[in-house]
Amino acid sequence: MASPAIEMEHLSKEYPYGFLHLKKRKSLEDLTMSVENGEVFGFLGPNGAGKSTTIKLLMRLIFPTSGTARILGKSIEDVAMHQEIGYLPEQPYFYDYLTAAELLDYFARFHKLTASDRQERVQRMLKKVGLETAKKIQLRKYSKGMLQRVGLAQAILHDPEVVVLDEPMSGLDPLGRREVRDLILELKKEGRTVLFSTHILSDAETLCDRVGVIVGGKLRGVGAPDEMVGIRAQGMEVLFELASSAKPFPLLGRATKTGERYRLQVAEAELYPALDELKSAGARISSVSQLKPTLEEFFMHLVDADRAQASAVEVSGK
Amino acid sequence: MRKVWTVAANTFREAVRDRVLYNLVFFALLMMAAAILVGQISIGIEQSVIVSLGLTAISVIGIFIAVFIGVGLVSKEMDKRTLYALLAKPVERWQFLFGKFVGLVLTLAVNTAAMTVGLYLALWAVKHRLTGSDWYLISAVYLILLKLALIVALAMLFSCFTTPFLAILYTLGLYVAGLFAEELRTMKAISLSDSTMRMFRAISYMLPNFENFNVMGAVAHGRAVEVTLLLRDTGYALLYSLMVLAAAAMVFSRRNLK
Repeated sequence: MASPAIEMEHLSKEYPYGFLHLKKRKSLEDLTMSVENGEVFGFLGPNGAGKSTTIKLLMRLIFPTSGTARILGKSIEDVAMHQEIGYLPEQPYFYDYLTAAELLDYFARFHKLTASDRQERVQRMLKKVGLETAKKIQLRKYSKGMLQRVGLAQAILHDPEVVVLDEPMSGLDPLGRREVRDLILELKKEGRTVLFSTHILSDAETLCDRVGVIVGGKLRGVGAPDEMVGIRAQGMEVLFELASSAKPFPLLGRATKTGERYRLQVAEAELYPALDELKSAGARISSVSQLKPTLEEFFMHLVDADRAQASAVEVSGK
Repeated sequence: MRKVWTVAANTFREAVRDRVLYNLVFFALLMMAAAILVGQISIGIEQSVIVSLGLTAISVIGIFIAVFIGVGLVSKEMDKRTLYALLAKPVERWQFLFGKFVGLVLTLAVNTAAMTVGLYLALWAVKHRLTGSDWYLISAVYLILLKLALIVALAMLFSCFTTPFLAILYTLGLYVAGLFAEELRTMKAISLSDSTMRMFRAISYMLPNFENFNVMGAVAHGRAVEVTLLLRDTGYALLYSLMVLAAAAMVFSRRNLK
């Protein structure tokens, strides 16, 4: 059986702080997990959870206090392994005196590419991320979204087997986010392994084969998005409009009115009887959708669980 | 080596685009003013005044660039996080560091060469001819460049483990101390014990001896610089810079980025 694309074993990272650096703050605690070949893996967690720390450890931008990691079977200490890796840093910033084409050409020079191959790839990538017309403008004049696109281009420029993206949707408008989603799916189709961090649940749901959830530097679990995040519907939401002449009916008491439109939340089992009732009351149904927990609810649930566990330990200790 | 050169070429391009070479305009103006002034007030010593002034300006401007840009070579990349994407490429940290060093030394070489041309123009403007002894200037400029390379290496070392402000202070401090290395070695102090003198002597050998590179006085008076001195100083600067860069690479190779 082929070894996983990314393996992490007991990775921990502590940062010293305070007077004489005697105190230690744990950013990551005993992280053990793997990302299989060819899968899209989402690394989920609130801000400060340890997502970027993990990614920086893998990219050897920081060094672990303990533990090891391998990518494509090679230790992360091995620089040659970076031939096969593409990386997009969080909120990327590049040499602003270069144009996009110059920057990509500069990065391409670190890979084993011929001059003509390099030129061809740079043009292809600029086209792919929609920067063909802005390729001769210095990066200092780029918007945040444009820099993100340049970052994506440099990450996949050399056709890496493993692509690691730190918050790839950050700073992008809806169109840009969709393009990034398409790009990740394209990479998956090409058989590449993608690890990306996000705190946006819908991204994980749409794109990932598996997700890992990290809170407070600890991995809370790994699995399919549905299992892990509990994205299962918590009920159904029906939006409808009513003519002013319509008579009141029992369900109307449960609906809330915004403008001309009513919003009604019902359990999944109640949906069809509710729709029948609305229909007979003459309501015009605009939409029916699943109710999912918001990101905030999901992470608050985990944080609350953490606190509950901590107090339970405290009580049993007493 | 190819990767070191790639980083070096980009560092040079950055210096050019960030208008580092604009200092040449200042130097050109200074030399023009000096030539006009010296032509009017000095009789018979135009050469030594122009050469002293020119070489001092080349040295001071070079030191300014070597310290301030040298410190920023690594720290700016860490602060702005431009280093993140680069270090995720198949490039070793020492290759990045050496590339930055070579890039700035290349910039300083171009800068110094341009200023030297300016100095020759000023000499020609004053004397209306160039004599054989004027070409000794090139040896002095070469030694200034070696000194600047050593300063860049020191600035990079300090910037690898401390803040830019402190790195500038340390580099300038060490430069000044290095100017007096020779004095420290030969110092005769009645009140100091033998052990203290031995300690001073040991320190003096460890300090970079920047006075080694100063041949300004000789050249200003039309005296040639010995080839053995040039060779010895080249070896000294190369070895010292390599040792400092190796230390910088060791520190930087385990440094956690923010």
